[in-house]
Amino acid sequence: MTTGRQASRKAHPRTPGRGVPLALLVPALLGLAFLLVPLLALLLRAPWRSLPEQLTSPAVWEALRLSLVCATTATALSLVVGVPLAWLLARADFPGRGLVRALVTLPLVLPPVVGGVALLLALGRNGVVGQWLDAWFGITLPFTTTGVVLAETFVAMPFLVISVEGTLRAADPRYEEAATTLGASRFTAFRRVTLPLIAPGVAAGAVLAWARALGEFGATITFAGNFPGRTQTMPLAVYLALQSDPAAAIALSLVLLAVSVAVLAGLRDRWMRAV
Amino acid sequence: MTRRARRTRVSRRIAGFGAVAALALSGCSPSDSGSPGGAGGDAVTGTVTVFAASSLKESFTELAGRFEKEHPGAEVAFNFSGSDSLAAGINNGAPADVFAAASAKTMKLVTDEGRTAGGPRTFVRNRLQIATAPGNPHGIRTLKDLTAPGLKVVLCDRTVPCGAAAQTALAAGGAGLTPVSYEQDVKSALTKVQLKEADAALVYGTDVHAAGDKVEGVHFPESAEAVNDYPIARLEDAPNPSAAKAFVELVTSAEGRKVLVRAGFLEP
Repeated sequence: MTTGRQASRKAHPRTPGRGVPLALLVPALLGLAFLLVPLLALLLRAPWRSLPEQLTSPAVWEALRLSLVCATTATALSLVVGVPLAWLLARADFPGRGLVRALVTLPLVLPPVVGGVALLLALGRNGVVGQWLDAWFGITLPFTTTGVVLAETFVAMPFLVISVEGTLRAADPRYEEAATTLGASRFTAFRRVTLPLIAPGVAAGAVLAWARALGEFGATITFAGNFPGRTQTMPLAVYLALQSDPAAAIALSLVLLAVSVAVLAGLRDRWMRAV
Repeated sequence: MTRRARRTRVSRRIAGFGAVAALALSGCSPSDSGSPGGAGGDAVTGTVTVFAASSLKESFTELAGRFEKEHPGAEVAFNFSGSDSLAAGINNGAPADVFAAASAKTMKLVTDEGRTAGGPRTFVRNRLQIATAPGNPHGIRTLKDLTAPGLKVVLCDRTVPCGAAAQTALAAGGAGLTPVSYEQDVKSALTKVQLKEADAALVYGTDVHAAGDKVEGVHFPESAEAVNDYPIARLEDAPNPSAAKAFVELVTSAEGRKVLVRAGFLEP
């Protein structure tokens, strides 16, 4: 496998002009520039001189820590319920599957602030489900760190589900079927055969979900509010800094960008070699 | 010092976009509004471009209707936004005739650059109120009541004007209040009370008024320490100075005041 990969890499050198048609190269570079130029502008206009001052502020670290903890928890939560959901959508046959699939992707379309209001109406103290949580268990979710995790999960999980479902559809179901013919239960087949098979897709989906959760703003501030140390994640801190001190906002964004690039690059080397 | 200079540069750049957007939005360019010569007794015609704080939207739109009725051939074009970004737009040469700000501080940004014609005049004031659910189920009567254990209070973040005012009022009342959230603007603070997620919020009287019967407002004496003055001024580079003068006169007249007070503003 590995040697075959390396051989194929050698056979197709990556030098542009020889292997890449111009019709693909030009729009590709245009796309890359479109994505990178705004980030570059951020770097060029960054208040480098006040950056150390920002970085030594405990409030910034508090927001960053909260962001990382919440995004990671939201990703874990998405994995626990999102992978089975993706499996259901890809493998199980039930009426209205197409509709369910469309509904799952709805949070992608919904403006996050609307998502936050929807969460309040569902899980808020006065919400459809939330009022019972409050009455029976004394649990209220708005204005809590748990609320941040839920808001981020709501927005990020569809990315994971779509990615995993796509991988599942591309994976050959016959491996799974062979395992069940050989006496494995369907769950064992899923755990021992399917899951390793789709691991790259799961990893890619988890990274997408994590990145989306890390940058989440609208649903979080609407559902969980903004309180330093409890619900104020980096994007919220950036937004509020923008009101009074744009330079500080740029500095905070850079911190968030640097951390996410470091984490994503690190993960890519470790997990996603196969992708 | 350098940091400060840099910061202004950044905000100016942002404001530059705002100015362009304002130009694009106002459609017809105010320069062709054809104001003949200087101010004074000239006929009021053409477009008068008014940059006004968001909280004035309701009442100023009503006043514009009256203005256009009084002066056939005249038209009011509004740019409603946060006072800070409006001030930045004006300082970057946005072609406005009148500026109405939600705080003396933001007006000062413009007067400091010498861009107003004549001094600004305070035409209304806005005071904080405690917003509660209809019927005030927790029986909140004073600022101190907000510190009751278990009561969920939301405030605006310190970086926005209503949050700064709330901190001033709380300091004046000696009430050490820990809210459940510092909201990004006054409307989202109010929404939390409307949805009954929070028991109370400190918002402006005009916001309580605009929410109708969905919230109840409670006056408290400490709000006197954190009153927001709303100044209005004609601008030095006004493309239509005669219409600018007439609009400011309407806003500061008894008739204008009546409209503003009906929207929940206080007389200066």
